Amino acid sequence: MDEPEIYDRLAKIFEAVFDEDSIKVTPELSAKNVDGWDSLTHIRLILTIEKAFKIKFSTSEIGKLQNVGDLVALIKLRT
Amino acid sequence: MNPLFAELQWLPRAPEEFPERLRALGNSAGPLGRELRALASHALDLNQLTKLAKTIGKARSGGKSLDPLVPFRLAVVSNSTIDMIVPALVASAARHGIAVEVIQAEYDQVAQEALSPDSKVNCSKPDAVLLALDYRALPLQLSLGDAKASSASVQRVTGYLQSLHNGIKTNSDAVCIFQTFAPPVETLFGSLDRAIPGTLRSLIDCINRDLAEFVLGSGDVLLDVAALAETVGLSDWHNLQLWNMAKFSFSDELIPLYADHVARTVAAVRGKSRKALILDLDNTVWGGVIGDDGLEGIQLAQGDARGEAYLAVQRFALDLRQRGIVLAVSSKNSDEVARAPFLKHPEMLLKLDHIAVFQANWNDKATNIQAIAEELSLGLDSMVFLDDNPVERGLVRHLLPQVAVPELPADPAYYARTLAAAGYFEAVTFANEDLKRAGYYQENAKRANLQKQVGGVDAYLASLDMTITFQPFDATGRARIVQLINKSNQYNLTTRRYTDPEVVKAENDPAVFTLQVRLADIFGDNGMISIVICRSGEAGLWEIDTWVMSCRVLGRKVEQMVLREIVEHARMAGIRKLIGAYRPTERNQLVVDHYAKLGFTKVEEDESGSTRWEFLVEDAQPESAPMKVVSHGFASTKKIEPA
Repeated sequence: MDEPEIYDRLAKIFEAVFDEDSIKVTPELSAKNVDGWDSLTHIRLILTIEKAFKIKFSTSEIGKLQNVGDLVALIKLRT
Repeated sequence: MNPLFAELQWLPRAPEEFPERLRALGNSAGPLGRELRALASHALDLNQLTKLAKTIGKARSGGKSLDPLVPFRLAVVSNSTIDMIVPALVASAARHGIAVEVIQAEYDQVAQEALSPDSKVNCSKPDAVLLALDYRALPLQLSLGDAKASSASVQRVTGYLQSLHNGIKTNSDAVCIFQTFAPPVETLFGSLDRAIPGTLRSLIDCINRDLAEFVLGSGDVLLDVAALAETVGLSDWHNLQLWNMAKFSFSDELIPLYADHVARTVAAVRGKSRKALILDLDNTVWGGVIGDDGLEGIQLAQGDARGEAYLAVQRFALDLRQRGIVLAVSSKNSDEVARAPFLKHPEMLLKLDHIAVFQANWNDKATNIQAIAEELSLGLDSMVFLDDNPVERGLVRHLLPQVAVPELPADPAYYARTLAAAGYFEAVTFANEDLKRAGYYQENAKRANLQKQVGGVDAYLASLDMTITFQPFDATGRARIVQLINKSNQYNLTTRRYTDPEVVKAENDPAVFTLQVRLADIFGDNGMISIVICRSGEAGLWEIDTWVMSCRVLGRKVEQMVLREIVEHARMAGIRKLIGAYRPTERNQLVVDHYAKLGFTKVEEDESGSTRWEFLVEDAQPESAPMKVVSHGFASTKKIEPA
């Protein structure tokens, strides 16, 4: 899957998970920039992404994620 | 994962406009209970449940009324992370008519919350406390092969659980909802784990049994999580990655299922479980259509795979009746035809004696269900309606949203399981009187009288987005045309049977006007559902030789639209008058008033009950119905379709 498509789908997922349509999904985006992106929302985000893309991340992969750019790279690798 | 359970497949899919409806709800002044319940009554995923819970929370803090949802204060203590479960509980409770307010204890503060009088849980005066514990919360020690030590270990655990009960009872007088424990997947010896005392599996087995016994005596409530986990599969239940990362005691994908089970239990505590099961007959409790296939034709026999599937539905209904669920029947059939299998079919498990109210007629099912509820003096919110036909299910959901109507899978083998999975009849106690309840309703119930029609049928029909398609007979449709002519018994005015060559002859005869009718709706294409053959008699006159319709589309006003189509073609052909005839058989009582209802005038009747009718084409304006009309292939319209 190419990056624009991944970003496109991520935008929809972010909207569903955060119940907020103003978040701009960019490579630099991370938990620091978004209100309500706590550890639990993070889990919910990861789980929703896994389901939507039909992929599974390992515990260490999830642990290393720093921002959306990392996430997209990981998704790209798997799809 | 089995989608029946993981995706709550007995519930209809969430509508596309779910977010908009949720937003509208947020802006509404209330009371919001009805719409909340309607929205919650879909198969919602975790994100949708979370959003719904958010809307409920905002409404509550904004002081809006949640009526008619019944308020319930539920405290939850757990040794695992429940932050994602709590919103799911709130939203799922709305599905069961309950406005739950959750008091969430801090993570892993189980004993403290239960035992100290001034804890958050005890101070909040909850109606019930859910002890959402899993086996990792228990002081368990392996004692392989040591019966004495393992029994001591089990006692230590049950003693701990009882002390939680005592603490909560003393400090807040709330009911405890205890969960049984789902054992881990991993074994030490393999199968032997079950037999050897002191293995984790054997310890948890003993604890679950003792806990169930304790709850039965203490007046608390049991939530059988072990059974739930086994139902979906222990390896799907336990998600080890999620436990390690976030201390989730089971898979996130099963949170909607778990939450629904908690919600149905809470609803049962509040007496909101359902009490009656209303059964459709054709293709629900037997295979086939009794009016068309006859006693010998319906599928209902041991040794026949489809027949056995329907027998399983009957057996489950009978077992439910034994525990006190009232059974009723709502079927589109004439009364006599519908009763025949109950009286004469040797393999029927259900007998007329088991049915408290038997409604077989041609009214719409919403009207019938309302009559059944009145007859039983039960509320509509006590009713469950089982029907294989999505249109009937949709109609009842639309007109009587209080009635529970499970979605059913394509294969009848899974009807009973789906009905059971929905948990409509969840009970938290069982008394001897329950055994007699079904009989009690039966004695009191007489046949309901159906005069009143439930309003809004037209609006519902419009919502079906129907398209009716008319064509003359052609080669493509011929096999189905012959089948309809020869198989239809009920909606058949003259019961004239024609062979394939005879149909070909009619197709090619310029003096014969033929019509094949198809109907599609939002649920899909019903295929060809009606056939008409008109023959030119004397000048300016068409005699309706054959008019047949599939009973599957009864009550959809198809016959009105067919008449409109006939009239239109008659006009173009310079016809002034239509002649209709009704020839009675044992099975076509249904259409005795067909022509009267369509505005024909009776001109003849003989002692056999045969009638003749006429209809003046000129100036006639037959009634219309809400559906899109497509008409093609007719020579007079100058449009020739490719063969």
